[in-house]
Amino acid sequence: MWEKNKRTICNLILVGLIIVLLICIDTFAPATSMWFSVLRKVCTFALAAVSMNLLNGFTGLFSLGQAGFMLLGAYTYAIFTIPVNMRSNVFRNYGDSVIRFQMPLVLALILAGIVAAFFAFLIGLPVLRLKSDYLAIATLGFAEIVRGLVQLQSFGPVTNGPDPINMFTAPKSIMVYAAISGISILIIVLMINSTYGRAFKAIRDDEIAAEAMGINLAHHKRLSFVISSFFCGIAGAMMAMCNTSVSSVSFTTSMTYQILLVVVIGGIGSISGSIIAAFIFYASSEWWLKFLDLETYTKAGSKVPLLGPGFRMVVFSVLIMIIVLFFRQGIMGTREISVYDGIMKIRSVFVKDKAKGGESHE
Amino acid sequence: MSDNILEIKTLNVRFGGILAVNDISLDVRRGKIVTLIGANGAGKSTILRSVSGIVKPVHGEILFEGENIMGLTPEQIVKKGITLVPEGRRVFPNLTVLENLKMGAYLRKDDYEKDLSYVYRLFPRLEERSWQSAGTLSGGEQQMLAVGRALMSSPKLIMMDEPSLGLAPLVVRDIFSIIRTINENGITVLLIEQNANMALKTCDYGYVIETGNITMQGEGDKLLNDDRVKEAYLGKSRNG
Repeated sequence: MWEKNKRTICNLILVGLIIVLLICIDTFAPATSMWFSVLRKVCTFALAAVSMNLLNGFTGLFSLGQAGFMLLGAYTYAIFTIPVNMRSNVFRNYGDSVIRFQMPLVLALILAGIVAAFFAFLIGLPVLRLKSDYLAIATLGFAEIVRGLVQLQSFGPVTNGPDPINMFTAPKSIMVYAAISGISILIIVLMINSTYGRAFKAIRDDEIAAEAMGINLAHHKRLSFVISSFFCGIAGAMMAMCNTSVSSVSFTTSMTYQILLVVVIGGIGSISGSIIAAFIFYASSEWWLKFLDLETYTKAGSKVPLLGPGFRMVVFSVLIMIIVLFFRQGIMGTREISVYDGIMKIRSVFVKDKAKGGESHE
Repeated sequence: MSDNILEIKTLNVRFGGILAVNDISLDVRRGKIVTLIGANGAGKSTILRSVSGIVKPVHGEILFEGENIMGLTPEQIVKKGITLVPEGRRVFPNLTVLENLKMGAYLRKDDYEKDLSYVYRLFPRLEERSWQSAGTLSGGEQQMLAVGRALMSSPKLIMMDEPSLGLAPLVVRDIFSIIRTINENGITVLLIEQNANMALKTCDYGYVIETGNITMQGEGDKLLNDDRVKEAYLGKSRNG
């Protein structure tokens, strides 16, 4: 058990360092720094990816409804946090909003999760009878239906129809995003390490054996689906905060694929993998590779070949292919990051005694 | 309470119109080892799956300790004290050995430490490897884990589907001696086997099943010496 405690302490130190780093960036970086927009997005999609991982990686349910649940969360959050005096302005095309009060941020976030979870519960009843590809198609369909429905004119007074919602509470500080994302991910991690989490993994590994052990398949699948969607809803609310405007057109299927990509790159079944991959993915696509999209000229005045709008995505796609080719299991596989094991591994390279390095389980 | 822990009466199971089990009736005496032998597709596994609630029979009765358990969910049936060791071991490969064992005790609210140490005493190898993921175990170890996992629910009746499948002869002998030990500790065993020779030597009572019907039954030794059984399942010709 001492071994395990050392691991936990080392990982806590790592989390502490990350928090200190975030605070430093938050206070010292210039207001125009890319760190802000990138880290907000990373926090948002890290949570989205971890919640997708709970379902796809830990329970083995291949669902592609993430965009739909995020949309529900984003709309719920946005609708309930517009200041009362702004409402008639935002909803000007529909007279006024039917909701005439403003919720505090935390309550609205939780409500966003609950709305997403409620819809997950409803569609989970019929949809979770399906398996693998069929489940993916059904949930994909759900996401598209939701996206279509919120645009309906008759829902205008609630959802503002096809017009975007804005003016709602959108905190700027990275720490808010990090806190929401961090707490949510912590809850998911505790869940995965509980008896329920073990049952999810058992279902993923072998449904028939799980059933023979007396695990109620339908109940556990629904539970995983609802919890995953709850946090997807919160991630959606965070996305609304990031963009300071919510519009159904941004919750497309391609966003679900992006999240799936993050999960696959990070490793299906690894929480820390999802977080690392979310950082790499959004930092490089939104920031580090941005220069590829600009037409650049050398000092002599000739244009640098290839660089120009759209080239960033070409390079980015090639990078993803390289990652997938060389890390078949994703960056982390099914393992979790462990500082202690890392230190032991490095030490065993230098100190040639038989130090126990090796496996990093949990 | 009657002597029979499990009674199956005129059980019928269909898969899409095909009759897999046809009016089968059999009894399992408390504290005994009962075996079902028969060729592939005879319906043996289907019987076990019906008892554990994974397959829904068309009609018939399954009485466990005198109480009809047909139509109950697998969850309720495990709670009553019946566990299935599924065919092909089916351990959870990405969970550790210990986690696999804990899954066996999933429905138990009481303390399972005693059963854990019992399983470890039965299979010392599992304790050595408790932190290893189950997928890295050898076939024999996985079978031990599957049996250990089933024991963790502290069942009254343990049903094993082909425990010797794909294992080396020496390991098969180990598995059968374990089955006897488990039985001596008071757990009734219902065993399905292709390895008719070993199964009949181990069991107290046997049933021979062919295409969904029981064609013969009797004590283990009697079946072992029966000419028809010998010819069909033990690979000895009538003149040989």
